[in-house]
Amino acid sequence: MPVFEGVVQDLIDELGRLPGVGPKSAQRIAFHLLQADPHDVQRLVQALSEVKAKVAFCETCGNIAEGTQCRICADPRRDATAICVVEEPKDVVAIERTREFRGRYHVLGGAISPLDGIGPDDLRFSELMARLSSGEVTEIIIATDPNLEGEATASYLARLLSPFELRVSRLASGLPVGGDLEYADEVTLGRAFEGRKLLNA
Amino acid sequence: MPLYRDSGVVLRTHKLGEADRIITILTRSRGKVRAVAKGVRRTKSRFGARLEPGMHVDLQCYEGRSLDTITQAVGLDAWGHVLASSYADWTAAVAILETADRLTEEHESAVAQYHLLCGALRTLAGGAHEATLVLDAYLLRALSVAGWAPSLHDCARCGAEGPHRAFHIASGGAVCPSCRPAGSSAPAPATLELLGALLSGDWARADDSGPRERREGSGLTAAFAQWHLERGIRALGYVDRTPDPGRTR
Repeated sequence: MPVFEGVVQDLIDELGRLPGVGPKSAQRIAFHLLQADPHDVQRLVQALSEVKAKVAFCETCGNIAEGTQCRICADPRRDATAICVVEEPKDVVAIERTREFRGRYHVLGGAISPLDGIGPDDLRFSELMARLSSGEVTEIIIATDPNLEGEATASYLARLLSPFELRVSRLASGLPVGGDLEYADEVTLGRAFEGRKLLNA
Repeated sequence: MPLYRDSGVVLRTHKLGEADRIITILTRSRGKVRAVAKGVRRTKSRFGARLEPGMHVDLQCYEGRSLDTITQAVGLDAWGHVLASSYADWTAAVAILETADRLTEEHESAVAQYHLLCGALRTLAGGAHEATLVLDAYLLRALSVAGWAPSLHDCARCGAEGPHRAFHIASGGAVCPSCRPAGSSAPAPATLELLGALLSGDWARADDSGPRERREGSGLTAAFAQWHLERGIRALGYVDRTPDPGRTR
C-alpha cells in the first residue's frame, strides 16, 4: 500500500525496482535524495540520462563502449596478438584490475546453458572467428567462469579453435588465497594438483 | 530444527540474491528437493564445486517451510566436472538432468529414477559409449520407470506379436497393420532393434549400430519423450550430435 503521496512514492517505487534494493532501502535512498544538495541530485540525474544515451557495445569485442570501439580496442599500445575470451563485460573489469594481461578482449555475452535456452548461436562466437581471420592473433586465453557452464563453453570454444594454429589456454583453477585446505572440494583440490607449480625450476 | 542427511544428484541451480543459489537435487530417499546453498557463489565458499549440476553429493540439510537449507556437502562423484570437459557429453548430460527434473516430483520418493540417473551419468562420464546412445537409453528407461514404456516389438494397441513396420508415438510404440492410425511413421527395422537394445541394456548390439539408425532412433526417442511429458525438453534441442573421432566407440 502506498504510504507517501505523489512523486515521493513514485521515486520509492522506482528505486525499489533496482536489484538488491528492498522497500526500506528505497525509502532511505529517496529521503536521502530529498535532503541532498540540489547540485548532487542534478549530477546523478545527468549521469543516469547519459548512460543510456551514450553507452553502447564495442563493435569489435562486445565490451561496453562510449562509441563504436571500447577503450581497450581503441588503445594502440595493447597487444593485438592475444585475445582473452570472457563471458561478461564485468569480467573484463576484473581481469583489468589484476594488471597481468596486456592483450585485448572478446566478450561472448554469457555462457552456453541449454537449460536456459542459450546455445552457441546466441553468443558472439562468429564475431570471434571473424577477428581471427586476419591472422594477427596468435594466442587465445579462455577466461569463462569456473563453473560447469563456463567449462562447457570453454570446451566448445577449444573444439572450435582446434583447426587454427593458435596457442589456446584456459585460466587455472586452484585454492583460494586465505582458505583452509581441508575445506577445499575435491574438484578444486584435484585441479590444484593438476596445475601444481615447480618451486625449484 | 529437523536436520536430515541424504545423497543426491544436483539437477539444476538458480541464482538467489547476491551470493546464494537454489539447488534442485534428486535425492535417494526424499525424491526431488529444492534447497538453498548460502554463499555458494563466493570464491571462498566451502561448498566449492560440489553443488554444480551433475555432481553426486552426500548432503546434510535442515528443513524449511518452502525451501530447505544445505548445511554440509561432501562430494561422492564429480560426474558434472568430468562431463563438462567434453561438449558433446555435457549437452547430453544436461538433457538427462532436465528430463529427470521433469519426471520427478518434490518430496515424492523416486528411488528407481535416482538409480537410473546415477547409472546414466556414470556411464556417460566413463566414456565407453557414444553420448547420444546413453542419452536415448536413459530417456527410454526413465519413461519406462515412469510408466510410459514404449512397445518396440508387439503392437502397442492390440498386443499382436511383432515385429511391425509402423510406429505411432501417441499409441505408445509399434503398431500392427490393422491398428495402424493415420500419420504413423515407418522407421527402419534396424532402428526399432536399436531402441529395443537400448531399453534392455544390450550395449554390444547398440554400439554396433550405424549412424543412420542412431539418428532416426534419437528422433523417435525425443518425440516419444516430449509427447508423454506433454512439453518440450529444452536441452534436447542443444544436444551436440557431431560424431567424436576421439571416442573409442
